[in-house]
Parts: sequence; structure tokens; C-alpha cells
Amino acid sequence: MTSLESTDLDAAVKAAHEAFEAAGDLDALAAVKPAHLGDKAPVLLARRSLGSLPGKERAEAGKRVNAARVEIQAAFDARRAVLVAERDARVLREETVDVTLPWDRRPRGARHPITQIAETIADVFVGMGWEVAEGPEVESAWLNFDALNFGKDHPARTMQDTFYLNDGTVLRTHTSPVQVRALLNRELPVYVVCPGRTFRTDELDATHTPVFHQVEGLAVDEGITMAHLKGTLDAFARAMFGQESTTRLRPSFFPFTEPSAEVDVWFPEKKGGAGWVEWGGCGMVNPNVLRACGVDPEVYSGFAFGMGLERTLQFRNGLPDMRDMVEGDVRFSRAFGI
Amino acid sequence: MRVPLSWLRDHVAEVPSDAAVVGEAFVRVGLELEEIHPLPEIAGPLVVGRVREIEELTGFKKPIRYCRVDVGAAEPQGIVCGARNFAVGDLVVVALPGAVLPGPFPIAARETYGRISDGMICSARELGLGADHSGILVLPPGTAEPGADALAVLGVDDPVVELAITPDRGYCFAVRGIARELAASLGTGYTDPAAQVAVPAAKGEAHPVRLADSGCARFVARTVVGVDASAPTPWWMQRRLLAAGMRPISLTVDVTNFVMLDLGQPIHAYDASALQGEIVVRRAVAGETLRTLDGVERTLDPDDLLITDDSGPIGLAGVMGGASTEIPLDAAGTIDVVIEAAHFVPTVIARAARRHKLPSEASKRFERSVDPELPPIAAELVANLLVEHGGGRIEPGRTDVGAAPALPSITMALDLPDRYAGTTYPPGATVARLEEVGCTVTGTDPLTVTPPSWRPDLDLPAALVEEVLRLEGYDTIPSVLPAAPAGRGLTPAQQRRRAVSRAVAEAGFVEVEPFPFVSDAVWDDLGLAPDDIRRTTVTVANPLDAERNRLATTLLPGLLDTLVRNAARGFDDLALYTVGQVVLPHRNPVPMPDPAVDRRPTDAEIAMIDAALPAQPVHVGAVLAGNREPAGHWGRGRPASWADAVEVGRLVGRVAGVELRVTRAELAPWHPGRCAALRVGEWVVGHAGELHPKVVEALGLPPRTCAMEIDLDAIPLREDRPVPRVSPYPPVSVDVALVTALDVPAASVEQALVEGGGELLEAVRLFDVYAGDQVGEGRRSLAYSLRFRAPDRTLTSEEANAARDAAIAVAAERFEAVQR
Repeated sequence: MTSLESTDLDAAVKAAHEAFEAAGDLDALAAVKPAHLGDKAPVLLARRSLGSLPGKERAEAGKRVNAARVEIQAAFDARRAVLVAERDARVLREETVDVTLPWDRRPRGARHPITQIAETIADVFVGMGWEVAEGPEVESAWLNFDALNFGKDHPARTMQDTFYLNDGTVLRTHTSPVQVRALLNRELPVYVVCPGRTFRTDELDATHTPVFHQVEGLAVDEGITMAHLKGTLDAFARAMFGQESTTRLRPSFFPFTEPSAEVDVWFPEKKGGAGWVEWGGCGMVNPNVLRACGVDPEVYSGFAFGMGLERTLQFRNGLPDMRDMVEGDVRFSRAFGI
Repeated sequence: MRVPLSWLRDHVAEVPSDAAVVGEAFVRVGLELEEIHPLPEIAGPLVVGRVREIEELTGFKKPIRYCRVDVGAAEPQGIVCGARNFAVGDLVVVALPGAVLPGPFPIAARETYGRISDGMICSARELGLGADHSGILVLPPGTAEPGADALAVLGVDDPVVELAITPDRGYCFAVRGIARELAASLGTGYTDPAAQVAVPAAKGEAHPVRLADSGCARFVARTVVGVDASAPTPWWMQRRLLAAGMRPISLTVDVTNFVMLDLGQPIHAYDASALQGEIVVRRAVAGETLRTLDGVERTLDPDDLLITDDSGPIGLAGVMGGASTEIPLDAAGTIDVVIEAAHFVPTVIARAARRHKLPSEASKRFERSVDPELPPIAAELVANLLVEHGGGRIEPGRTDVGAAPALPSITMALDLPDRYAGTTYPPGATVARLEEVGCTVTGTDPLTVTPPSWRPDLDLPAALVEEVLRLEGYDTIPSVLPAAPAGRGLTPAQQRRRAVSRAVAEAGFVEVEPFPFVSDAVWDDLGLAPDDIRRTTVTVANPLDAERNRLATTLLPGLLDTLVRNAARGFDDLALYTVGQVVLPHRNPVPMPDPAVDRRPTDAEIAMIDAALPAQPVHVGAVLAGNREPAGHWGRGRPASWADAVEVGRLVGRVAGVELRVTRAELAPWHPGRCAALRVGEWVVGHAGELHPKVVEALGLPPRTCAMEIDLDAIPLREDRPVPRVSPYPPVSVDVALVTALDVPAASVEQALVEGGGELLEAVRLFDVYAGDQVGEGRRSLAYSLRFRAPDRTLTSEEANAARDAAIAVAAERFEAVQR
């Protein structure tokens, strides 16, 4: 028979407090719980004995017993919360790993820098409303030379060291035949940029490769001037080499343009200090080319320009040896990412 | 074209002394500056010497001379010399000990070949005077006295500018032409050297000449008799020839070369005594031969234009003279010289020079066209110089047959240059600039412009525009961005190619760009059958590497080459890919048309061009070796296998918009049991798998190398617009294990389940493959998880089971599959 006296209840509460505090973990707490909150716990036994008390006394004793029980439960809950927090913190601590361990289980891929620069250039021009045109690498001599105003015996034919194939076909020496195809196949006006692989019989060395890439641009419209050519080249230069970049033109000769010019680009980050770099060729489309493509040179005029992508990449990035671009060493492409 | 500044000063009023400034002036008007050859840096004692004695030293690997040379001192200088082109009494240039020649190359007394050599007798190259190193420099008699300061005598303080001449500017292969450009660029006076030559009236013919072919438009001959055969070329002329990169040879040769360099007209000098009868210019007859000046016996082509006399061919017109009428170098006494200055049709000369692989100084000029007004002037200048320096007299006759057609006039709107440039030039600029380059301009607007005889390249108004623009300066052209009409962006095919490339790279493959050139032998290494279509290749007529003279019909040889290179550089785990065109010739090639260029080709002609070209589809190729997933602290790596090759093929298909169907295949170079065909429907678009062990061995590949190649252009561009219906009701998942014969493809079993499962079947996933005792030999168990779902209600397990049974029934019927 448990006493309903307050001193006894107080003792039970105190005992519970002490027992719960002494429990070091959740298991220990669970183990001592029945002794203070279980069926045989002092306060529970005391409550059961309430029935034997007279009415008024029973009510008062009941209040005391209940208060004691609530306090014991609260002590239990508080202790439990502390122990749960401790356990959670410990579990997380125990699950700590070395996050610096390498986990490179997926091999790293990469796109070739020439692919990347060709896309960058295409995007620059698509952004200006131009379209991207393409054509075959094995090309008819007519498209590669004749339509571009290279006469059959013109010395300029031998200027570009050509890989000859079957009768009447060559490996294209430039992407210019794509311009001819664009004029033959598209509605005027035409604003196209043509990136692609080209071929010349140069031995592979640090600054030459027989297989290389060019990008050419062609605009044919009414009222196109050389000022438009200059403006387009300047915009292109800024996109590739920064806001401070610009271009300058030097007179030159190409069979397919008249007037013709070499393009130099001002490259602020040039190796060894800002300066002019030879970039490519350009000019106003020769009226003979327009005529061969069925465009009336009395109504339309146009400009064209072309650059080597390997060369552009080489001076833009300060790459010493062009052979790295063709040998396919995985370290080279990987450096450029995707 | 190399020219010393002193030569330019002969024709240009004010030439800056700084060669760099001169170079920039050339660049401004469109002549490309190759190089400025700086003044040779010579220090210390360099004197003129006279050879007194020559002692031939024997017993050495090469003949050596020990010379005693008078250098103005009391005792002659003892000098060892390896050259042989001099004799006792000759004037030479001696670098005395203490001198430093360009290089720098310090000269000191030294013991060599058993003698003390007290200095060096110099060649033109050693003095930085030119490229000639064929012997030492012998100065003409009387140039100076022994002991004289050779620097002053040689005139080495004359920088040389070297220009690259574009093919349209034939007239710039002469000092006459580039001086005109320089004067225009500098805005200073110009004196045309051709105008300085008086061409007197002649009496009669110099030599009978008949033009029997239109390839020669004009032929001028002039005769000089009694020229001293041993007369030396004056040093100033030798110096200029050396500076221009030519070698002084003899007075006649040097004078003809000098006039060619000065005016641009190639000249040939015949030994008059060797000429037999009338000179006839005609085409060659098949079988004719000619020994040219370089001593080579050449078989002539009927297209070759010849200079002939009664003896037969005596020269390959405009390219090189013949040996039989050459003025002998060892001629004694006096000689009679017939001077030829002719005008040939450029294409005739270009073809002959190409055909005989004989690009000469003459052909280089003729094929770019030479001023047709020059022949009598150039011949006269040669004759004058011969008489001046070699004595003799000019015969009164001159032969001048034929005439080159005058250049047509061009009508051009006065403002055409302004319209081209997008700017406004000062009034009068256009006419002034055109007159500056030598055009005759009449009319006010439009202008009638007659180009000068040396500018046949001015054949279009646009060409005249270029003259105005380049002389006004390209830097005066404004910069205006044109407004292009709204574009349509990248085409679907272009977008797809980008996406595919990016996806394959993201999957861990590294893009490479192999060359398309392959050797025929690679097809055997790849184990292709003799009649395999991939052996049908396009041949390169002039390959860089004679072995690799075919264009690849597949991307694999290039990729595998690159794989081997990377493996050799120490990389074991490799995954490479490339995207590019392959070249597939037609079985029955059609001829390539050659349309005219004065109009658009007809649609039929354009179609024929495309039909005559080989097919060139864009392929994607990938190769793998070593581990697909590397080994690490987590455990062992996962070796790359046939499955990775198939998977990258599926990836390409998926990104391209198609779920590829995979079927078994047997195709070289793949392992016959580990090769998959990649299909769109029934159409095979590619293959993937492990390579045949024999191929791995033949190409030296890492073991178990795998490969995939797919024709991206064969995958149709996706045009459907998917309308997925997403059911919110819960699924019912059911597992089934089916036992079939080993050779039943899993893909076929899955297809059967899909067809049998009907519309309720949402997904099928193979989660286990088992072959072993429990299922019996020659059989295997495929365990699938089937997920069923209804679009409009919660599916009951009865419905799901019925659908499952239906799925199994189809597999059982097709493949005798039994449930395990």
C-alpha cells in the first residue's frame, strides 16, 4: 500500500527524477521507466488506492497523485528528448566520411576544341540572323574552282595545293564551294556562315596541317558594301577576342573576290602583348561568281570572308603546335571540356 | 620578288631610307611583304685582293687550293680556299683575320689542310649579298685595286625588300611595276624605265621569223654582232642580280636577266652562229624532243609551243631555251647574239611549265601575262647594254611580227567605287587613281576606262574599283553592320548533330579528329571480305603519304589509329569518338559535268554534279578499350565490353530521336558472336560490339577493344509530336521468369511480352539472366518485372494476372518459353 501522503509522493517524484537523470542512454531510460511510470510504480499504486478514501479527501489526494504523475511523465519526456538528441548527434557523427575521397567512376569525356570553336562562331552569326550552310568534302572541281572564277589555267589554281581525286573531283581546298551551293540553292538575300573541314597538300608541322577547318561567311543582298564587310568582321572579332578587338584590311587578291583583302585582327591578349594578327581573307564577291550562280550582279552585291579555325584557335589560346590538334591525344581534347 | 632600295630609287623620286617604311608602303597598296633583308653586318678588315698564285693541294677528300693573294700589303696573304671558280689574276674579296662576317662569323688565322690560312676568300652569300654560294665572288677586272676597302666597293649598304606577288599582278614581277606601286603609295614621282628606252626606226629584219601558232602573239628579234665573249658584267649589275636572288653568269645572261628584272620582259639570247634558217614558232609534233638549257632531254607534248629553226626545236617557248643555240660560256673572241623578246598567251605557257614541272623565271612571268608593248623596248635595252659593256654593234634590222590585241575599254559609273566602299571619296579621286595606275580615262559619268597594256587583270568595273579603293586606302572604309533578315536558326539536322556529339562526350567519350586518309591494306587488317562494299574507295591522285591514298569509307580505321597512339602514350582506359563524313563512291560512277561559268548551271547540271559526287553521309564512330569504369579505392574497374559499344549506339539513336532496335549480326571487323546491328525499324543504320580478336591482333589494339559506328544521316529526323497520357492510378507489378533456348535473343522475348501484355503493360524490365543446372543445358532463364496500370481505374490483381498470362502466352508460343 503506497502512501498518499504528500511526502511520500514527493519522494516518488524525486526518485523518478534521479532514476531518469541517471539513465545514460535510451535503453537505460526504457529500463527504468516501468519502475516509475509502469503499473507497479508508486504513483500508479497510489492512484489505485484512492478508491479507499472518503469523498473530499479522495479528491484532494487525487489531485496530488495526478500532479506527481504528470511531473514524472514530464521528467521522463524531457530526459528522453535529451537522450534522443544525443543519440541522433552520435549517429550522424559516426556516419562521418572523408568527402575528399575521389569518386571519379565516370570517365571524363570531351569535345574537340575545333568543334567547340566552330559552334561558337556559328552561334555568333546565328545570333545576327545568319544561317549555317554545309556541303560535301569531296567536291566537284567546278564548285571548288570554276564557279569561283578560278580559270582553268589560272595560276591561282596552283596557289592552293589541291588533293586531286577522280576526274572532275577534288578534296575541297576551302569552304567556298558551300557559298556557291548556298547561292545556287537558296532564295536571295543570302546570309550564311559555312564551317567545315578542308584539305590542302601541306605537310603536317607545327603551323600546317593537310586537313584543317575553315569558316566562311557570305552575304549577298541589294546594296551590300565593303563597309558592311568591315562591320561584320569587326562584330565577329569582338565576339571572338573581346570588346576591344577590331579588324583592319590590307589589299590582296583572291579570284572569287574583287576588291580583295587580307584581314588582320587586333588581339588584346596576344602572346607577348596586344597586336595585329593575320586572320583570314575577304572581299566583295566577284561579279563573275555571282553570274555563275545565277545572281544578277547589276542588282545584287555581296561580301565573303574566310578564316582557318586551327589558326584562330592556335593564336587565341597560344597553342605552340598544330599537330596536337590532329593527333587525338585525349589529354589535349580533355583540357577543353565539353 | 626581291629588290634593293637603290634599284627602286632609279624609278621612284623619293624612297625612304628605312626599308621598314618602304615595306609598309608596299603593304598598304596590296603587295605582301615577305621579308626585309637587313644590311649584312660586316666588321673589321674586308679588302679587295688579287690572286697571285694558286697551289692545288691533293690528298684530301675534296680539291683544295692554297692561294697567295695580294691584299695591298708588302707580302701576299696565304689563304686556303675550297672554291674553284677563279684563276690567277682575278679580283676577289678577302676577309682578313679580325673581320666578322654576317652570322656572326669571326675570321681568324688558322691551320687547315696542313697550311696556315690567313683569312678567307668570300662568296656572295658569306658577304650577305645574295643566295649565291656556288663559288667565291669574282669581281670584274678593274673594279678596284688590291687593298681597297671592299665594303665601299661592294656597295653593301643597300637593304633588300622581298615581296610576294599575287597571281593577278604579273606586272609586279619587275622593278618597273613595283616601283609604280611604291610611288603611288608614297605619293611621290615615278619614272617609267620603259619610257626611257629610245627605240630607233629599223631597216629590214633582224632574223626571219614566222608565227605559225596563235600561242605566240608577238615576236621581236634584234641582233648584236661582235660582242666580246669574255667581257665581264659590271659589278653594279652583278650586285643587283645577287640582291634579286640570281647568280651572275656571263654578260649576255646577266644583261637579259637584268632587263627581265627591271622591265618584266623575259628575254632569250641565241648564238647567231648556231641558228639555222628561219625561226618558226609552232606546236610540237608528237615524238619530238628538246634538250633544254638545264641539260635535260625532254619529250615534247603536242600542246607544247616551240621555237624552232631548220634544225628542229631550239626552245620551249616562254619556259626555257634549248642547249643547241645557247651561247657557250667558254666562247672566245667575239660572238653574235640574236635577242628574242616575245609575247605568249599565258595559259599556253602555264600548261607547258606545269607539264614539264619547269617553273622558270620566264614562265612565272609569262603565265601571269607580260606587257605586250615591251618586246621592242626590252630587246633594245638588252642590245644597248651588250654594246655598252661588251662592245660590238647593233645590226640595223629589227624583226617585229604579230601584235597582241588591245585591252578592251571598260565603262564604269563614276560613283561605283563609292558604292562599293560605302563611303564618299573626294571629287576627282576616282579618275586620279585610275590614271595613276596607268589607265586612260575619258568621259565624265560614266567613265570610259582603258587599262594600260600591262594590266590585263583590269577586266571588270569591280577590278577598277579595287584600284581606287586600295590606293585611297582600305582604312578609309567605314564599319557598318548589315541587318540580316530574321534567320531560321540551326536546322534540325544541325541541332541534332550538336546534341549527339555533346551526349556522347557527356557519356565519357573524348572527341578526336582523325584524318580520312587510309591505306588499302587496312581492309585486310579489318578482315573485310574481298567483295565488301567498304573496300570500294575514292583514290587520292597525289597523296602526301603514298601508302594512305584512299578516302575512308568508315570512321573506324582513323579512330583505331588514334586509340593505338593513345595506348602507346600510356593510357589504358580509353573511350574515343568522332563525328564526320565518310566517302562512299557509287558502284557505277557517272561523269562529272563541267558547266560554263557565264550563267547559272541548269538544274539538270546541278543534279548531275551531285549525282557524280560520292555519297558522303555523316557517321558517328566510337571505340573503347580498357575499363569503362576505372578501378579505384571502391574496388575493381568495369572492363569496357560489347555492351558499352551497343549502349553508346543506342544513346546516339535516342538523342537523334529514335529508339534503335538491336539485333544480332555478323560483320567484320566485329567478333561474330558479339556484334549487334543497330536498326531503325528493319533498316540497319549501324553496328556495335567487340572487335574480332584477329583484328585486335592485326592492328595492335588493346585486348577486347570494342567499337560502334552509325550513319547519323540514315536516322530519320523526328517529326512526331508525342502526346503522353499519364495515369494517376496505382500500378500492379508482377515478376515472371521464362526459360528459353540460349539462342533466343532477349530483345525478342521482351518484344513478345510487350505484344502479349497489351495496353495495360506500362513497362518491362529484365532484372535477371540465369543459365545453369537449374534450367538445363542449352537453356537460360530471363526474369522480367512487368508493371501494369490502367488509364482510368485502379487495376485489380486479377486483371494484372490475366494480362501477365497473355504476355507469357505469346512468348511461349513464339519461343517455347516456359515459366520457371
